[in-house]
Amino acid sequence: MSQSEHERFNQSPEAGPVAPCWSCKQPVAARALFCHACGAVQPPGQLDHFARLGVAPGFDLDLDRLEKQYLGFQRAMHPDRFVTKTAKERAIAESQAVSMNEAYETLKDPLRRAAYLLERAGKTAAVDKDQTVHDPELLMEAMEAREQLAEVATIDDLEKLQVEAGAKAIDLLAQLSKAFAVDDYEAANKAATRMKYWRKFLEESRARRAALEDAL
Amino acid sequence: MTTLLQIHEPGETPAPHEEEKGIAIGIDLGTTNSVAAIAEQGKPEILRDLEGDGLIPSVVSYAGSDPVVGREAVIQQMRRPETVVSSVKRLMGRGAADLKSLSGTVPYEIHGDQQVGMVRLKVAGRVLSPVEVSADILRAIKARAEAALGKEVGQAVITVPAYFDDAARAATKDAAKLAGLDVLRLVNEPTAAALAYGLDHGAEGLYAVYDLGGGTFDISLLRLQQGVFQVLATGGDAALGGDDFDHALAEAALKAAAVQGPTLVEAKNLLLAARRTKEILTERDSAELFGTLGGHEFRQMVDRAAFDKLIEPMVAKTLRACRQVLEDAHVAASEVKGVVLVGGSTRVPLVRSMVAKFFGREPLSDINPDEVVAAGAALQAEALTRGGDTLLLDVIPLSLGIETVGGIVEKVIDRNTVIPVAKAQEFTTYQDGQTGMQIHIVQGERETVDACRSLGRFELTGIPPMAAGAARIRITFAVDADGLLTVSAQEKTTGVKAEIAVKPSYGLGEDEMADMLRDSLTHAREDMERRLLIEARVEAERMLLALDAALKSDGDLISPSDRAGIDAASGKVRKAMAGDDRDRIGAAVEALEKASHPFAQARMDRAMETALKGHSLDEVEASMATDRAE
Repeated sequence: MSQSEHERFNQSPEAGPVAPCWSCKQPVAARALFCHACGAVQPPGQLDHFARLGVAPGFDLDLDRLEKQYLGFQRAMHPDRFVTKTAKERAIAESQAVSMNEAYETLKDPLRRAAYLLERAGKTAAVDKDQTVHDPELLMEAMEAREQLAEVATIDDLEKLQVEAGAKAIDLLAQLSKAFAVDDYEAANKAATRMKYWRKFLEESRARRAALEDAL
Repeated sequence: MTTLLQIHEPGETPAPHEEEKGIAIGIDLGTTNSVAAIAEQGKPEILRDLEGDGLIPSVVSYAGSDPVVGREAVIQQMRRPETVVSSVKRLMGRGAADLKSLSGTVPYEIHGDQQVGMVRLKVAGRVLSPVEVSADILRAIKARAEAALGKEVGQAVITVPAYFDDAARAATKDAAKLAGLDVLRLVNEPTAAALAYGLDHGAEGLYAVYDLGGGTFDISLLRLQQGVFQVLATGGDAALGGDDFDHALAEAALKAAAVQGPTLVEAKNLLLAARRTKEILTERDSAELFGTLGGHEFRQMVDRAAFDKLIEPMVAKTLRACRQVLEDAHVAASEVKGVVLVGGSTRVPLVRSMVAKFFGREPLSDINPDEVVAAGAALQAEALTRGGDTLLLDVIPLSLGIETVGGIVEKVIDRNTVIPVAKAQEFTTYQDGQTGMQIHIVQGERETVDACRSLGRFELTGIPPMAAGAARIRITFAVDADGLLTVSAQEKTTGVKAEIAVKPSYGLGEDEMADMLRDSLTHAREDMERRLLIEARVEAERMLLALDAALKSDGDLISPSDRAGIDAASGKVRKAMAGDDRDRIGAAVEALEKASHPFAQARMDRAMETALKGHSLDEVEASMATDRAE
């Protein structure tokens, strides 16, 4: 392909970004897994997590479809499929699998998905950084819940706390969905920070439960 | 069908021919026993010895000039325990610092007090690393597989406990390399078991694999769906297994006998006796434990209730790990559709009943817990070399991180993250003008460095002097599909780089490894010669013993002159055996056979006569048996 042809190909709206195939030098779409000309496996390239797994971007995701897409891609790209190939191809396939794992781990978890959407919109996601929380209401709630957790003496009481925290987390999920639907990033950020807190609380409560059970 | 043209994709080398790399098998390299298997068209088959036994004891005897592996080594262990190594898997990737936690469970002498690198064992005058001992076991497995298949075996999928850390995985891979095996993939034992069970039973849904072996415990939770084997969470204890049950029994016996400091021989024999007692207790309600202690014979009845009481805390410990795994995966015990039991120690009734109670269902028992892991490894070996459409998605068992100021661990990759994975994190300098940075890699769940396992350290140097906090050092952790870690660091403003595969600090150093490989290559021919020589000696010894026994019972059958001929020929065999000439031994044995031929004939006649005289068959057999006496 001549230089001008290459440019024309680059500019065609359907093609998306292209790069030359490492093996045969033919132009290949950045999201292609294999070169259409020579069949060589292609490196992951810079792709949005949603695009990488072929799902529409947004907070409300069809998780079943997300999983199906992920497993489909992994079936083709997992290092186990490349054991008999050259070292270079093995390395490329591995980096593809790594990128897909990262995309899937980020998108399947609502909290990480929220942080990613915020980052993608150019907002600093408070949940991703260990920033000081400026949410007096949350701070009050947090202190109270911590105290209750420290004082709890029976597994029944602990379970009540866990159910309360779980309900809060579910409610925050709905808030996140609503906020992202109208691009209200401030509300989304606030809900995500709260969700992170309650999740951490649930984790601590599980550790507390294990300690209680061992004491029995 | 003939292929006219071989067409393959550019950049791709065609799959290597079997003749070049040898066929691929699956190996379960266990603490107590190892098993090898091969799969063809999705059907795994365990490789057995002539007696149909698939288990190869992971025991190596260093009594002779060549290591002997398996049942013969187990016999040696009773006679000369100081020359035999068993349960070496517990030491894989372990440094001197780890020995404290293992003390009392490894009955060998540890060489020196080296602070760096893996421990070394002192056995029969040799100094050996656990990697070398494992390599000897793998060599024996390879030889058995080659004998069974009649083909060269060059590649293998080797299983490791899911809970093995990076150092132990790297050590296992090194051992395979030393044994001349190309490792296609390290697969976690519970995952391999799930693969074999799932493919065989068409299982779908959530399954727990409870794997209690000789020295390790794993619990993995997997989701099986349409050929995808997805590990959701894994946990365990890399130093808990059936060996510990033996130890508990042996210690209780020592206490009861009130004997101080048994000898090494006594201790090893007591452990073997404890193991037998444990095994009998899986079938019966009581068993006798006997041995020699302090020079006196000692016998003790153990009933199952007493045994259960001894091991209950250990089984409870495994259940705590089960609970953690369910929590990590956010799954309730009731959602688990089946519990697959793996490992010989799951035969212990208390283990079965406590696991059944925990999961609220009877564990699946239609699989052989000793062989299912090797079967899974073989299936994966076939899929990797010949193609297949199952997909194994596994996770790392323990979090990986680096040490930051104050001995605090900053986690870079959390446990139960799907592999392969790469994650980067940025760190900065904490002193003005700091030009270097020590990077200390650790593995574990605790917050402080000293409570985690140290995997390695490296230094990033050449950072241009800047104000504290101005440098941007990006540290990348990459874990491949074998679960092995590589760490690299880069200062972003200048591009200074450093990288290590996290191996040298606990595995063998690269140089050490290269030396050993070189040695084993140069000595390969010599080794072969030596093995043939030893085999010839063993054969000759066997012949002499059988002849002695026969002369004792039927010496009256031969004339003095024949007897003198036999004695002379025997003397020649003994002399040849003392030398190193294999052909001479062979010739001497042949001459002895000729000299004793009339005697053998006469014995045969007598046996026939006895039988015809109406004596009982037992008597005849007894007289025949002396022919085979060894």
